[in-house]
Amino acid sequence: MAQTIELEIFRYRPEQESEPTLQSYEVPYNEEWVVLDAINYIKDEIDGTLSYRWSCRMGVCGSCGMMVNGVPRLTCAAFLKEYYPRKILVEPLDGFPVERDLVTDMDMFVAKLTSVSPWIIRNEGEEKPLEEGTYLQSPGELAEYKHYSMCINCMLCYAACPVFALDTNFLGPAAIAIGQRYNMDSRDQGRDQRQEVIASHDGIWHCTLVGECSTVCPKDVDPAGAIQRAKLSSTTDYFKDLLMPWGRRT
Amino acid sequence: MSYIRKVPNTWWLKRKPYTLFIVREITCVAVAGYCAFLLYLMYALRQGPEAYAAALGLIMSPTSYVLHVVGLLFVLYHTITWFNVTPKVFVFYVGEERVPAVVVAGAHYAGWLGVSALVAWLLLGTGTPG
Repeated sequence: MAQTIELEIFRYRPEQESEPTLQSYEVPYNEEWVVLDAINYIKDEIDGTLSYRWSCRMGVCGSCGMMVNGVPRLTCAAFLKEYYPRKILVEPLDGFPVERDLVTDMDMFVAKLTSVSPWIIRNEGEEKPLEEGTYLQSPGELAEYKHYSMCINCMLCYAACPVFALDTNFLGPAAIAIGQRYNMDSRDQGRDQRQEVIASHDGIWHCTLVGECSTVCPKDVDPAGAIQRAKLSSTTDYFKDLLMPWGRRT
Repeated sequence: MSYIRKVPNTWWLKRKPYTLFIVREITCVAVAGYCAFLLYLMYALRQGPEAYAAALGLIMSPTSYVLHVVGLLFVLYHTITWFNVTPKVFVFYVGEERVPAVVVAGAHYAGWLGVSALVAWLLLGTGTPG
């Protein structure tokens, strides 16, 4: 008899229930399958009403993040064999409102991301005309921020962050890491503008360094490190302003 | 309508890393407590020999021994967990090579050892113990 594995899946269908439930499915066990393959099997062969997000199946798009046995994972990178023969509990990412089944409401994240102005900002009048070519950057300058730029906006770091779960006003790991990505880019001049959001109470100072955001990150972005470094540079700014007010940055 | 899941008060028991985080946070109570205790000793010292002798008597009690051992474990856990995250905060480059995490954390341990050795030398090596 072919081997099977049980998946217990979080279901929430607002038109027919006010509280979420768990539904069990028995799917064929295949060593080469990831959790997303099993969920796709359920959708195609067992229950077409199941809703979830996915796209690339190769850890690039960041769409298929879910809680797998309580840990935020990209389901396209979580192999069934990591769990077999235990059953697998699949839930929507923690901390976010659930729209339906495994689909979360991402608006909050998109707003946070936009608030850090995630693009290169130049001082007025200091933008290079197109005919002068690109802004040059050394490999060392690129290395300063490159790992932050690897973020795929999968939101696993948010789902791993208890500070965000307890207070969704927290700007959160990915938005701060992406803000730092631009702050540390030698071509950028927008740090002071971003500081208003990043160094606010709901920004870096809300973080208590649990560190799980960096542990679960599938791209080794290390948002926890980004936040701590931003804390250090904000503190340095504070003391510089205090001790050398004449050198105040404009 | 979106469904908002409540976070139970026991969220920190759900996964081991969260539990260890809460333990790390709680150990700061031991650090603060011991600072208060040292201040109390200094206060007693200023009150005169009798008050200081009474304070020393308090330290010698079995309860105090147990509290000291537990306090030491808490403070060690606090120090080690914080030292281990220092490479996240302090990022240095030598040329274009990033200084490895083990060197950054190791420098903190070396500093800790140095200060401890200095304190031990001051207390044990230089004069007559009280």
